[in-house]
Amino acid sequence: MTATEPAPTTSRALDEIKIGGMGASRKRVEDNRFLRGRGHYVDDVVLPGMLHMEILRSPVAHARIVSIDASRAWDIPGVRLVLTGEMMATRNLAWMPTLSYDTQAVLATDKVRFQGQEVACVIADDPYIAKDACEAIEVEYEQLPVIVNPTQATAPDAPIIRDDKEGQADNVIFDWEVGDRAGTDRAFAEADHVSTIRMHYPRSHPSPLECCGSVADFDRATGKLTVYMTTQAPHIVRAAVALIAELPEHLIRIVSPDLGGGFGNKVPVYPGYVMSILASILLERPVKWIEDRSGNLISTGFGRDVYLEGEMALRRDGKILAVRMHTDSDHGAFFGDAQPSKFKIGLLHSTFSCYDIPTAHLTARGVYTNKAPGGVAYRCSFRVTEAMFFQERMMQAAADELGIDQAEFRRMNFVRDDDFPHRTPFGFLTDSGQYAKCLQVGLDAIDYEGFRREQAEAAKQGRLLGIGISCMTEPLGAGNSREYDILGIKMFDSAELRVHMTGKAILRTGAKSQGQGHETTWAQIVAHELGIPAEDIVVEEGDTDTAPFGMGTYASRSTPVAGAAVAMVSRKIRAKARKLAAHLLEVSEEDVEWELGRFYVRSAPDRGVTIQECAMAAYSNMPDGLEPGLEANAYYDPPNLTWPFGCYIVTVEVDPMTGVWDVLRVVAVDDCGVRINPMIVEGQIMGGLTEAYAMSSMQFITFDADGNCIGSNFMDYLLPTAWETPGYELHEVVTPCPHHPIGAKGIGECATVGGPAAFVNAVMDAVKQYGVRNVDMPLLPDRVYEAITQRHDVSGAPPIRTDA
Amino acid sequence: MYPSRFRYEAPRTIDEAIQLLHEGGAEAKVLAGGQSLVPLMKLRFAAPELLVDINNLPGLDHLDVAADGGIRVGALCRHRDLERSLDVAQAQPVMAAAAPLIADPVVRTRGTLVGSLCHADPQGDWAAVVTALGGHVVAQGPGGRRDIAITDFVTGPFQNVLAYDEVAVEAVLPPPRARVAGGFLKLERRVGDFATAGTAVALEIDGDRVVRAGIALTGVGSRTVDARAAADSLVGQGLTGEAIMRAADLAAEAAQPTSDHRGSAAYKRHVIHTFVTRILTRVSQTSEAAA
Ligand SMILES: Cc1cc2nc3c(=O)[nH]c(=O)nc-3n(C[C@H](O)[C@H](O)[C@H](O)COP(=O)(O)OP(=O)(O)OC[C@H]3O[C@@H](n4cnc5c(N)ncnc54)[C@H](O)[C@@H]3O)c2cc1C
Repeated sequence: MTATEPAPTTSRALDEIKIGGMGASRKRVEDNRFLRGRGHYVDDVVLPGMLHMEILRSPVAHARIVSIDASRAWDIPGVRLVLTGEMMATRNLAWMPTLSYDTQAVLATDKVRFQGQEVACVIADDPYIAKDACEAIEVEYEQLPVIVNPTQATAPDAPIIRDDKEGQADNVIFDWEVGDRAGTDRAFAEADHVSTIRMHYPRSHPSPLECCGSVADFDRATGKLTVYMTTQAPHIVRAAVALIAELPEHLIRIVSPDLGGGFGNKVPVYPGYVMSILASILLERPVKWIEDRSGNLISTGFGRDVYLEGEMALRRDGKILAVRMHTDSDHGAFFGDAQPSKFKIGLLHSTFSCYDIPTAHLTARGVYTNKAPGGVAYRCSFRVTEAMFFQERMMQAAADELGIDQAEFRRMNFVRDDDFPHRTPFGFLTDSGQYAKCLQVGLDAIDYEGFRREQAEAAKQGRLLGIGISCMTEPLGAGNSREYDILGIKMFDSAELRVHMTGKAILRTGAKSQGQGHETTWAQIVAHELGIPAEDIVVEEGDTDTAPFGMGTYASRSTPVAGAAVAMVSRKIRAKARKLAAHLLEVSEEDVEWELGRFYVRSAPDRGVTIQECAMAAYSNMPDGLEPGLEANAYYDPPNLTWPFGCYIVTVEVDPMTGVWDVLRVVAVDDCGVRINPMIVEGQIMGGLTEAYAMSSMQFITFDADGNCIGSNFMDYLLPTAWETPGYELHEVVTPCPHHPIGAKGIGECATVGGPAAFVNAVMDAVKQYGVRNVDMPLLPDRVYEAITQRHDVSGAPPIRTDA
Repeated sequence: MYPSRFRYEAPRTIDEAIQLLHEGGAEAKVLAGGQSLVPLMKLRFAAPELLVDINNLPGLDHLDVAADGGIRVGALCRHRDLERSLDVAQAQPVMAAAAPLIADPVVRTRGTLVGSLCHADPQGDWAAVVTALGGHVVAQGPGGRRDIAITDFVTGPFQNVLAYDEVAVEAVLPPPRARVAGGFLKLERRVGDFATAGTAVALEIDGDRVVRAGIALTGVGSRTVDARAAADSLVGQGLTGEAIMRAADLAAEAAQPTSDHRGSAAYKRHVIHTFVTRILTRVSQTSEAAA
């Protein structure tokens, strides 16, 4: 070593964990205000002169409206406006388009089609007066026969629910198919064994703790409409309002403030929003509508309500030759699903994507019933939850019939690690995963062999233990834009980053957090790309006047799409900062190297400038010819969906005398690629598992024969508490996403999607000796007891059984 | 959720409260813990014109467990007080077993046992416990106090015998004459849920013989079911397998459940049978172990 050589330098890159970058379990910054009660929700919005709106809902499920007399309501002091369907019709607003190219009543004109449907609304000085006035409205109904399931809907003499639609001669919404019918038929003809199973995935509800609401504020002087509202997709709403209310898009501002949960409930445009907007335009005053709990549970977007007839063609040795599925889906009175327009039953055909299946065919029929519309989501959109639940229930039934161990049966049919990219039987392209490894991690964690011994021991004393497995890879993060759109709007997403002079920054995206922790996670991606400490970056979403155009947050798409845009916009900033660094270091750009937080001269690593120094230069010392400022935006259209994998294993004990079952252990192995904030990821998984447990054990919205909704309050629609919620043991495997800029895959919904089958399979395993193959969710004790004692499958399809 | 308009009064003396109720007539209601009344008002299933809040009345928050084992529960004694009382745990196992199964911790800190009796919910838990123990309610009105046996107090779903100007001031559980035993089992879908079916069993045992028995059921009828025949079948007997089975059969027969989304009538009847069997079997096993 000679004296002239530069001293060997160790890297001066910042410690990524210390600056809250990728992999840091950074505490959620938004929790600071939430835990202090300083969140700002729609109901916290108070504007001068604001009025209050309440909705009168139909007490009956199907009836012709003979008359509506609102005169007594108008007489109540403090009432400013009473809206009925007839009045909405004069403005061409009695009906509105849904997200699935159907129409939906805003206020009923001709008929009511489900219990809880909006019939009239009152705007008054305070909500108490508005409620009093709703009660004073007299509506005369002429009852019609009620339909609460697809069998009734397709009966020859069924009343036609959508007699408002020209050419609608029955209650069928669509008949759709995908896959290879002929090839599948051939495979079935050659099968050694065909396994069949029927089941119902019950109607559930996202039930976010904050119900829906809006504050519409139309300013006659400026012509501008501002709407503060509970929406997961503010830009889509702006577009919808422009189309429905025929207002110019640049004079519409949608603000989605803090949201108290969404789970898909806050994707659709609800009549309440539209009415509050019209009322504000008519009255020229701000109008607030805050939905109550019953209104939320009874009328807003539900999840599931799909019936399956599933068949598997099997070879004796356990190889799956083909899968055939038929679904009947119950969409309620209006087809209001939110899903890419070319797929009528969402991405149900993503089913069996983790298994190597030569051929498959799916037929799907959707029907109208006298129930609330929706079919959007409950922590998983696009019907992927159904796809994976059906898959894993079919897998277990088939393994049992073949007498093959259920873990082994899965393992032998998995897509192998070296088979990627893999074309699924329905045409999706999966790109990465280590399925067998994930399963093995799970089996080891639960001590599969040990549990089987314990189970056999317990059986000798008449105790019923069971173990259930559920494995799945699911398509998360729509687009790409070739295939995925909502109402024709392509499913890309966006980010805009502005780095200020002192190196602090503001990031905005087209997504909208409802509890997922974007304010924390997005800053970590920027920190990873730019070395700016996460705490120096503020994240803002939800205001269409400031946020770049995006498709919002649902379908676990935020990290796969908007998160990718955040990485890409950061890279644009880094590219510009490199030019500034070259200028400051007085070398050419090619001689500048990057390490986290700093550019340096390749030949003289000690000579460097920090990203903050570059930011200062962008505003105070830019080279000739370079645009000032350090801002950029990025629109990201993903090349493919991301395909996370989950393996969930549950053990239970069933009390044969009561049908009550207790969860013994839950093991979850998730491979969502690279984890940005491991703590947040684990929180998402635990929350998802809790919802899976809830759906499998206690939660459903059902109906009696008259169409009365059972589950319109939290005494009947059950949310699990900390008391009965089991503990979770979480494990991880990391297979980075090959096409995502930081290797991440979606995770928000995995456990909700994959979890339910693990719980149900465990209970079914415990009661296998009674010859029972299916009990519909939720596995309420009485259903399990019936299965054990009557030795038959138990359907949970509505209407509920009563003595009457 | 917005209740109808109502007047609210918070009197300081019981006489004042009774006077207000008297003036309010049929449109007035007592407000105790509010855990049943307030939800009903928010849903507008109840719309009283006057609420007489008794929470400021002195001398109603007692929970007295006498040396002889008799218990007096004041109208402002909360579920939580019963749940946490060591005296109750020692004196009455059936009460101690039921208290933590009422609702959830939030509700238990406000709701009252007496309010629960007054509310007369066919799915309420305390009426079954008090029925099994042979207790009574003390009511006070313009004409003074009177005792009302619990079996006379509840007259139907959400109905009691109180006159509109009477306040239930306490519930009284008589002192036992022998060693107490018993239990409370409830099938709920989740913590804080009302009973799909529930069973309260209260026994007094002398040597190896049952000298007094009460069995009452909740969730399986339009009001709390007093399974008298089942209870009587145990008196004078030892807790043999045969006696237990007979009592369980009779209790299941006494149940009048209906089928609904929580389960079929047959299932609920079977659960009652199972619960009676389980409670009595446990008592017989612990008695044997103690002997
Ligand atoms: C979420 C939830 C879950 C619940 N779960 C259960 C459960 O699992 N089991 C169960 O048993 N209960 C349950 N409850 C009900 C709870 O126990 C109530 O506390 C109880 O039923 C009523 O007591 P209170 O003091 O709250 O009465 P309030 O709500 O104040 O009054 C109830 C009724 O009784 C009348 N009343 C009350 N006190 C008097 C009095 N001293 N004199 C005359 N009239 C009176 C009132 O006028 C009113 O009509 C639940 C309640 C909630 C909100």
